[in-house]
Amino acid sequence: MNTVVHSGAEGFLHRFDGLRARLPGQRLAWVQALREGAAEQFRAAGFPTRRVEAWKYTDLRPVADAAFDEALTILGDGEGLPAPRGERRAVFVDGRFREEHSSLDGASFAVGSLAHELPRLESRLGALARPGEEALVALNTMLFEDGLVITVPAGIAGGVLELSSIASRSERPSAFHPRHLIRLEAGASLTIIEEASGPEGTRYLHNPVFEIELAEGAVLTHARIQREGVKGFQLGTVYARIEAGATYDNFTLNAGGRLVRNEIHAVLAGPKSTCHMNGAQLLRDGQHADTTTVLDHAAPDCASRQTYKTVLQGKSRGVFQGKIHVHQVAQRTDGYQMNQALLLSPEAEIDSKPQLEIYADDVKCSHGATVGALDAEQLFYLRARGIPEGKARSMLVEAFLQEAIEGVTDETARAALEEAVAGWWSKEAA
Amino acid sequence: MLRIEGLTAEVDGKPILKGIDLEVPAGEVHAIMGPNGSGKSTLSYVLAGREGYEVTGGSATLNGVDLLAMEPEERAAAGVFLAFQYPVELPGVGNANFLRTALNAIRRGKGEAELDAMQFLKLARARLKELQMSEDMLKRGVNVGFSGGEKKRNEVLQMALLRPSLAILDETDSGLDIDALKIVADGVNALRAPDFSALVITHYQRLLDYIVPDKVHVLMQGRIAQTGGPELAKQLEASGYASVQAAA
Repeated sequence: MNTVVHSGAEGFLHRFDGLRARLPGQRLAWVQALREGAAEQFRAAGFPTRRVEAWKYTDLRPVADAAFDEALTILGDGEGLPAPRGERRAVFVDGRFREEHSSLDGASFAVGSLAHELPRLESRLGALARPGEEALVALNTMLFEDGLVITVPAGIAGGVLELSSIASRSERPSAFHPRHLIRLEAGASLTIIEEASGPEGTRYLHNPVFEIELAEGAVLTHARIQREGVKGFQLGTVYARIEAGATYDNFTLNAGGRLVRNEIHAVLAGPKSTCHMNGAQLLRDGQHADTTTVLDHAAPDCASRQTYKTVLQGKSRGVFQGKIHVHQVAQRTDGYQMNQALLLSPEAEIDSKPQLEIYADDVKCSHGATVGALDAEQLFYLRARGIPEGKARSMLVEAFLQEAIEGVTDETARAALEEAVAGWWSKEAA
Repeated sequence: MLRIEGLTAEVDGKPILKGIDLEVPAGEVHAIMGPNGSGKSTLSYVLAGREGYEVTGGSATLNGVDLLAMEPEERAAAGVFLAFQYPVELPGVGNANFLRTALNAIRRGKGEAELDAMQFLKLARARLKELQMSEDMLKRGVNVGFSGGEKKRNEVLQMALLRPSLAILDETDSGLDIDALKIVADGVNALRAPDFSALVITHYQRLLDYIVPDKVHVLMQGRIAQTGGPELAKQLEASGYASVQAAA
């Protein structure tokens, strides 16, 4: 066992060399080829720097400079696992599926560990992910240890499934790269409430990749609650392909972590499909959160809605980059994108970059961005009615976020999000 | 009672109130009239504690309590209620939630038990009915999409729920048609009691036909230029503020 710890891209490549014989799928030629190819891509690209346009506002040096162990060697025991919200839950500790903490019995669909299912996943793993384009996806492809595989058969209503990810307490920084594959067959539906958390004092990298395939008329609600520990990094990438008449409803709450990126690539691939990407970023002093969305309208008569709200305290920094690409074939596209930031501190900073590329001529597409502080008149109005200043401020912040959250139609998901927002604020006000 | 002595205040360094002396005994309703720019709204904001209105001298007490030393929410708990000339819209804040939060904050301040959602709803429905307002207004965002008249009625609804000891009505009549005016006036008159006083700020005499004041004060250039009975309002309506100017 070598004791030299490398940082940066080189560190990960070095550990890949040491681990490749122990990573799942080592006997499957196609997995090996996938990992080796990704390693070459990651070797060539390295961690993106701010010279790369897509990373202009997010500096990955704190991640690149850290020296991580792979989680394979320091697997924790699941301490600090939040209480389950419903009946079915898949639990991951340091990126590995933990059956003893999970409860998946009685599900009306197939769900299980990616490491276990790997021999049957050749056609699915990597079907959407683009390791050649996104360096962090190459990193994930090179080192993925596990993940969740979900297949909801045609016409089945899958109900609510929780996906809990926790990082365990550790002296040495750990990194884990789960790969989650989600497929809903024609007319199927599912709600996933994903919650990622970690201990306060541990430095770790959570680098998940989702590949989501929604067949005709399928409906997936995907509520992501990111509450990583204060020293945690989460760099997540979601790929979603949405076929005719299907709906992908994503809401991402970024409320934790030291440096976080929520990157979504969604393709409206079939006519009359719908994509909702909403989210809120609630940032305290010292946090950096980045939401980057790339939405392809690649079929006619599709609708997309994006509303992102960022609340910033102290010296925090928020980023929103949203690109909508309307292909020539995508006539009668109905697209809407709004991102708004509420600066509660003069030291906070938000960077906002909306981008529209429209190649079809019959299109309704609008976008907007606002940045502001709490409205002094609104605050005075509440206080003049006897409401103390702290409560008045929290009411206005919740109201600011409400517009994004009320778009989540699944009640369980919306309640979970509202609870997470209220939890953030009460901690903030305390 | 409200007692104001030698009150001076400025906005952005510009003196607006130049020495106000005014007493409103408990149980009385006083009107303040005056031309635009005379300081009427400034007086109401200074009493309610709005930021940006700097008191440079004098005092204002309500039942012996120094208002000027308190935060806006403390003044509200002490019994001050300002009905806004332009009620503020609060998108995303439900009117019911807003009203209950305010009512419970005031009740806490008075040492009374807070109302739960059901108790609150019962009370709010009764008040809504008196003000001929639709229950629908509870479900909407505060003042969002309300007509001018609805906003003013929402102010009176808040006043009816919070039961202040001093109500300051800042041009509550502006933008109201005659029916709405009567409803608003009825709402104020219903609160009249030995421990309630009101300062009705208005540009026009019309409102004072429905809320008959005990006294009328004319505010000119930051000072009370003249004080009289209800007949003074009628006189101003006929001859305008120039006559006061000449007399002052």
